[in-house]
Amino acid sequence: MIEGALWRRWAFSYLPLILFVVVLLFPFYWMIITTFRPDGELYRPWNAPNNMPFWTTKPTLEHIIYLFEETSFARWMFNTMFIAAISTLISLFCGVLAGYALARLNFPWAGSLGTLIFITYLVPQTLLFIPLAEIIRDFRLGDTPWSLILTYPTFLIPFCTWLMMGYFKAIPKELEECARIDGASRWKAMAYIIIPIAVPGILSSGIIAFTLSWNEFIYALVFLSSPDQKTVAVGVTSELIRGDVFFWGSLMAGALLGSVPVAIVYSFFVEHYVSGLTGSVKG
Amino acid sequence: MAVTALGSTEVVRPSVRRRRLEDERWLALVLLMPTAILLGLFIAYPFFEGVMLSLSSARVGDPGEFVWFKNFVKLWHDSIFWTAVWNTFWYTAVTTVFKLGLGLWLALLLNRHFRGKAIVRAFVLLPFIIPTVLSTFAWKWMFDPTFSVINWSLFKLGLISARINWLGDADLAMTSIMIVNIWRGVPFFAISLLAGLQTISPELNEAAAIDGARPWNRFWYVTWPLLLPVTMVVMLFSVIQTFADFQLVYVMTGGGPANATHLFATYAYQIGIVSGLLSEGAAVSLAMFPFLFVIVVAQLLYIRRVEVR
Repeated sequence: MIEGALWRRWAFSYLPLILFVVVLLFPFYWMIITTFRPDGELYRPWNAPNNMPFWTTKPTLEHIIYLFEETSFARWMFNTMFIAAISTLISLFCGVLAGYALARLNFPWAGSLGTLIFITYLVPQTLLFIPLAEIIRDFRLGDTPWSLILTYPTFLIPFCTWLMMGYFKAIPKELEECARIDGASRWKAMAYIIIPIAVPGILSSGIIAFTLSWNEFIYALVFLSSPDQKTVAVGVTSELIRGDVFFWGSLMAGALLGSVPVAIVYSFFVEHYVSGLTGSVKG
Repeated sequence: MAVTALGSTEVVRPSVRRRRLEDERWLALVLLMPTAILLGLFIAYPFFEGVMLSLSSARVGDPGEFVWFKNFVKLWHDSIFWTAVWNTFWYTAVTTVFKLGLGLWLALLLNRHFRGKAIVRAFVLLPFIIPTVLSTFAWKWMFDPTFSVINWSLFKLGLISARINWLGDADLAMTSIMIVNIWRGVPFFAISLLAGLQTISPELNEAAAIDGARPWNRFWYVTWPLLLPVTMVVMLFSVIQTFADFQLVYVMTGGGPANATHLFATYAYQIGIVSGLLSEGAAVSLAMFPFLFVIVVAQLLYIRRVEVR
């Protein structure tokens, strides 16, 4: 418990904390309220009389219905899910193997390769998106989910590798040596002894990789063009804004529903997520 | 156990493949291969392509020819480019200061014991988890010139008498974008720094308190130096992500009004993808590289120095 006089506790702990939480969560509240608010209430100027912005008395599902009937929203959700899942699996596969090699095997240039991976971890997507778009076109992958499934690992693999290196380094060397004395090959010692121990780390990397690929925007924006191929973020941006007209109700409904899968994954694995996040920072 | 040991000796001549995998160097090569292929194909190769593209006159549907540094010379005389450069630096500097300050404050608040701490921590991280583009739309709607809930609140509180056109004015638009960036970044700083705080033994602070150190001095001389290594790594990630940011500006203003809020990335998109001048867009993107390089090298050297100490 926080000590001190009651007023001090409130002034220096609870009040600032409440303020932080309110500000950090308000946009989500606003998303929800906008989703269920009828257009008549939505488009009332901010200084109109009897304007009650924080609540609605006539909740409606029209925006969500519009989303599913007039746009390919369900399709976008499926695309995003599919792309995020496959690219996460690919990245986990590569990242676990590379992390194991870099953390536990002796070979020339192991240190420099580790640094190289760390540097690619820091390459932002916006540095390479134009030449990458050309390459995707040359490989004839443009406007297919594979353009993203193959490019998302470029930022997911370095992340997974880095995180897994941390986990592998924490496992004592003796475990492997015991297995090898008992006759296991190096490959078996890795696959049956070390990797199973690192499962919490794999779970953490997988969850974060999944949210990262769900969050990705610029590659999806540039590589995909037909409405049926789009991801949620790109679909919402391009199909619910026509010229200068924003379909705010449906936009917010799309934003809300598009966030739900990530929020669910996150809520089930908060501890893994946090430990992965902080693990990646500590390196 | 003895049985397995015997089992392996029975295999008198393991296959060449097996023997190779027993050699650490070969095993490392095999394990690193998938990563090397993917990163080579989609990072190293595009980087090389990007350099070549920026030295050419390519447009959509026209491979162009080699023109040396013509695109960069053109950028040098492009006032919008310089606005974008200035914006990027200003945006990165201001938001990083606020994210660090507020994030540290929130981390210190969360580091105390109170009921419902786990729930609060989980909720606090939400802005960082939810896809940026989607939450930025919520902000854009909150900043809407006609229907802004922020204007409504300020008006009802008697702070303003006329509407504020958040995204219509060049300076205000940049400020609004910064607010959203800070909103999204504070949770990441807070949670990472909180993890750093939790590794600091409370006995150090107690010892300092017994020696008569005031709370501020305890923070400045005990907590902060111990927190510095984590802080630097968090800053490194945040600075690079902010410097190369695209989504926030793309959604909030698209670089407007009148090209006043472009960053490197949005301007590169504007020229390279929207206008189809691939070579010039690639040049704008690559112009980020020297700055990113300096930031990464400087921070890595600093982190190494802190770790050695």
